[in-house]
Formats: sequence, structure tokens, C-alpha cells
Amino acid sequence: MRPIDVARLSLQALQRYPLRTSMLLLAIAIGVAAVVTLTAVGEGARRYVNGQFTSLGTHLLIVLPGRAETGGGGIQGLLVGETARELTLEDTLAVGRSPRIKQVTPIVVGAGTASAGSRERDISIIGTSSHMLEIQHWSMGSGSFLPPGELDLAQPVCVLGDTVGRELFAPAPAVGQSLRIGTTRCRVAGVLAQQGLSGGFNVDETVIMPVASAQQLFDTSAVFRILAEASDGDAVQAAKRDIVSILKARHAGEEDVTVITQDALVATFDTIFNMITAGLAAIAAISLVVAGVLIMNVMLVAVSQRTAEIGLLKAIGARQRQIIGLFLTEAACLSLLGALVGLAIGGLGTWGLKLAFPVLDFAAPPWASAAAVGVAVVSGLLFGILPARRAAALDPVNALSQR
Amino acid sequence: MMELRGICREYKVGTEVVRALDHVDLTISPGEYVSIMGPSGSGKSTLLNLLGLLDRQNSGTYRLEGEDVSSLDDDALAEHRQRQIGFIFQFFHLVPRLSALENVELPLVLAGAAPKLRRERAVAVLESVGLKARLDHRPDQLSGGERQRVAIGRAIVMRPRYLLADEPTGNLDSRSGGEIIEIIEQLNRDGIALLVVTHDPIVGRRARRHLTLRDGKIVSDITGQSE
Repeated sequence: MRPIDVARLSLQALQRYPLRTSMLLLAIAIGVAAVVTLTAVGEGARRYVNGQFTSLGTHLLIVLPGRAETGGGGIQGLLVGETARELTLEDTLAVGRSPRIKQVTPIVVGAGTASAGSRERDISIIGTSSHMLEIQHWSMGSGSFLPPGELDLAQPVCVLGDTVGRELFAPAPAVGQSLRIGTTRCRVAGVLAQQGLSGGFNVDETVIMPVASAQQLFDTSAVFRILAEASDGDAVQAAKRDIVSILKARHAGEEDVTVITQDALVATFDTIFNMITAGLAAIAAISLVVAGVLIMNVMLVAVSQRTAEIGLLKAIGARQRQIIGLFLTEAACLSLLGALVGLAIGGLGTWGLKLAFPVLDFAAPPWASAAAVGVAVVSGLLFGILPARRAAALDPVNALSQR
Repeated sequence: MMELRGICREYKVGTEVVRALDHVDLTISPGEYVSIMGPSGSGKSTLLNLLGLLDRQNSGTYRLEGEDVSSLDDDALAEHRQRQIGFIFQFFHLVPRLSALENVELPLVLAGAAPKLRRERAVAVLESVGLKARLDHRPDQLSGGERQRVAIGRAIVMRPRYLLADEPTGNLDSRSGGEIIEIIEQLNRDGIALLVVTHDPIVGRRARRHLTLRDGKIVSDITGQSE
């Protein structure tokens, strides 16, 4: 039997039962569309996060105390931040002396309460230096950032995040006003433009002050992190080695710091989001298996409805293999057509999502679309085997005695 | 040549064993015209199905063209049906979604014939049964007699040696039935062996050889009194 005839006979059989065929097509199409749309969401989120990180600049290196034992450090080290030997302001200065480091800034973080006049607010506090503005690519809303100066000089100035500035001073301008944080006072030098989330941290609800002031406030001599910017993108790895060796020398030959590069961060998030996307695809693929079971049921009904026809095919010389082939082709055509319809619906859905959320760049990754079509066809074939075999095993005399 | 020796065919109906064929010996020569008659349940359809390799005996031997087909597997039997045997049924068994032409082409499609060849042969066959004007009609657009003529076309398009008809006129009025009988008798005159199972004595009498079955046994086998 020629393949084209097999396909033609199968399609004709599908045409004969339009309602049943369209219901099955719909079931498969929904499954495929779900895979396409959900992976498009996952991929959109991945691209968004990726974009956020790269907007920070990829020359960034983050130094944290303690040695992350897991190879490569990665996000775990950043989140857990084991307490080994503390980093200090002197460490920061030493790192900054490397020729491969363009600029460097320490970070001390904490929480506190800021008040101005009768208004009061809980805030996050970042103690850092004047280089922070450039390293983080922040921009000023009004006034100026922290003044340059020695790191250990606790100047009574601060810079407010957008929200903090508005909530404590609006409608009056915040710049030049006095702000009380805990027991200390500082003069507001400037307010940042609205930043939103940056690396998981809401800058808008933060007060930024000189690192020495923050250390006094929190009564510590430690530095939480050191941020360094490599002189250029190619120097990142060399800068990382520099930092490690400088700090090793300063820490009595012990390699007790972890340096995370932006690349590693981006790669980590990339991995996470790819896994989320794959997970979403897998969940959606379950609906394809359900559609496969549906195909099996409907095909079993079809076999009993077409018993006489199968008997006839046997009477005129059809081999078992040919009958199996006919029914499997029918299942494959169904799932393939359904998958194509599903791709179209999924494409429409993705387009709709783009219209609804223009910030996110939704796009189903090609592998997901290909896998969805593949799973649909394979599940159609697998679940078509049982009905096809049943058809092939029919006894021709009994089959023909049915009208 | 179809040769049956000591053929038995039994069915289990509940706990009872029904013997549909009981030690049947029968030889059908090429080009014969045989009618098989007998009351309901006498085993005549079982005999026809067995001769047509749709059914298998429980014991005895069946030699088709000298080959013992008793032990052949399903696919080998399918091949013999395809090449040597054409069937006509009481209820036509046309595929409803296919046109008359496509129904006739079906055996050739299964055999993998090229489209051009099978179309030529199917058209010629439909012409010979008087359906040249109905090639593209689907079965539901045809009368009963026309449907049976399509079925005859399908049965002979592979040029079989034997044409097996099970109540070919059972579902037709007498005029269409007569036309069908004339068509298959013409095929018989052209050399094909014709076996007709029928209830209808008028149809049965037309054959050259008359078999009568009762309770699974051949009770009479008379040759003569043609037409």
C-alpha cells in the first residue's frame, strides 16, 4: 500500500465524523497551545530578569566574606553569606588598588526608622560610598549623591530613595532638609530617581548614607559586601583573580572570600528560569497525554463503529499490518493537525500576552513548540496502538456480520 | 480447484457445541456455477466463508489450487483472498465515504497498485457492470442494485478465479436482483467460478450445480438442468 493512499484513506475517515474529529483536534490543540503559551511566559520572565541584570552592567563583581564551597559559588553563596572573617573598609581600599578595578565601593546594610518632623517610616539603610551611584547605574531625581571622601569619614549626609523622599517630605522638597535615623541626624543631599527593584532590592524604600555613618549606626566594623567594577568586560575574570589574591594576602593567606561575577549571576538566573520554563512545559504536556487517552477512547469507539468496514478490508485482502497502519495514521494525522492548530492558538495567546504586558518579551522557545508537537504526535501514536491492534485482530466473519 | 476433505467447523454457544459443518467433502472446479441452498443455520454461509478463507475449520483439510491452506497464517490467507477470491455480500459492505470508483479501487489500493493503473481498471470494471455514469457517486447516492453492482466491480477488479456471493439478491427487489444475477452469470461465462449462497429457489435453480445443506452436511449435490 502506498503511503499517500494510507494518508488519504485516513483523512477521509476523519472527514466523515466532523464533530468527533474537531473535538479531538481541540483537545490536542489546547494541550499544545498550553505548552506554547506557558513556556512563552517562562521565557518572557527569563528575558526580563536577564535584561534587568545586564542593565546593571556586566562588569560588576561582588565580594562576600566566606568561602562558598559549592563549585562556582553562584546564587547560594550570595543568599547564605556564611560568616567567616569579616571584610573591612581596608579590604575595600586594597581591592580598589588593583589596576583591573575601575572603582570599588563597600556596602553595609541594615534596617532602621527614619523620621522628619512628625513623619516616621521604616527604611532599609545602605552604607556605601560615592562610587555606588555609578556602579549601580542609578540616577538622581534631585540634589546630589553622597560626596566623595575618605571611606572612614562619617559625614552626616544621606540620599533618599524616591518613596522615602516623598513620604517623609512631600510636598516640600527633601533636599537640604534634616532627617533623623535612630540616634543620628543627617542632611538630605539628594533624592534618587525612581529605580524600582534592583537585584531584588527595593532602592526606592532605602536611605543611603556614607559607609562609616552606617557602621557607627549599626555599631560594626564589618562590611557586608564589596562591589567592584572591572575596568572592562574582558578584564572581569582577571579582576576576580586579582581580588581573591589581594584578599588572600590580607587574610593571612587564607582564601576566605567569594567573588561573584555578574555573568555567574545572570547564568544562575538563566538556569533557574529555564528550569521553570521546562517545568511549565512539562505540566502543560500532561494535558497532551490526557488528549492521547481521549484519542484512544474515541478510536476504540471508532473501531467498533467501523467493524463491518474492517471486516470488508480483511475480506478484500488487507493484511493486519495494513489495518494497524491505517488506524495509526488516523491517530497521527489527528494529533499532528491538532498540534498545528494548537501552535496557531498558542501563537495568538502569546501575541495577546504581549499586548497585555508590553514590558515582558513573551516568546515560546522553539524547543518548546517542537517538543509540544512531538509529544502530541507520539502520544497520539502510542494511544492509537491499542485500538489499531484491536481492529487488526477482528475476526472477519464476525466483523462482516455487522451492518 | 477448491478441495474440502472431512471439514468440521464447530462453534461454542454457551455450554453447547454447535457443529456448523459436519465432515464436509466438496470439490469445486474452475469455472463452475454452484448454488448453495438450505434452511437457516444449515451451515451454508459458514461453508462459503470457509471456502473464501475468511473462516477456518476445526478439522479436515482444505486445498486451494493444490496448496494446503489449513495451516497458513492470517496474512497468507489475506494474500490468497486478495489474489484469488472476490466476495459479494447481502449488505454490499461499501465504504460509505468513498465514491463508487474509490470503492472499486480499494483492493488495488491495498495491493499498492499505481494510481493510473488502478483507475483504468476500476473504470473498465464499472463500465462492464453498467455504472459508467455513476463513477463519482457515493453509496448513499446509489440505488440498492447499483450498490451491489459497485460491490461486484470491487469483487472482480483483482481478477479472481472464484466469486463468492452470500445472498447477493437478498436485499434487492426482484428486478434489480435479476440484473445482478445476470451480471454475475456473465462473469461466470467469462470463466470465473461462481458460488452463490441463497434462500431464493429461483436464483438457486439457475446454477448448473446445486448443493443442499442440512445440519452442516451436504444432503444433495446435483449437477444439471441449467437455466
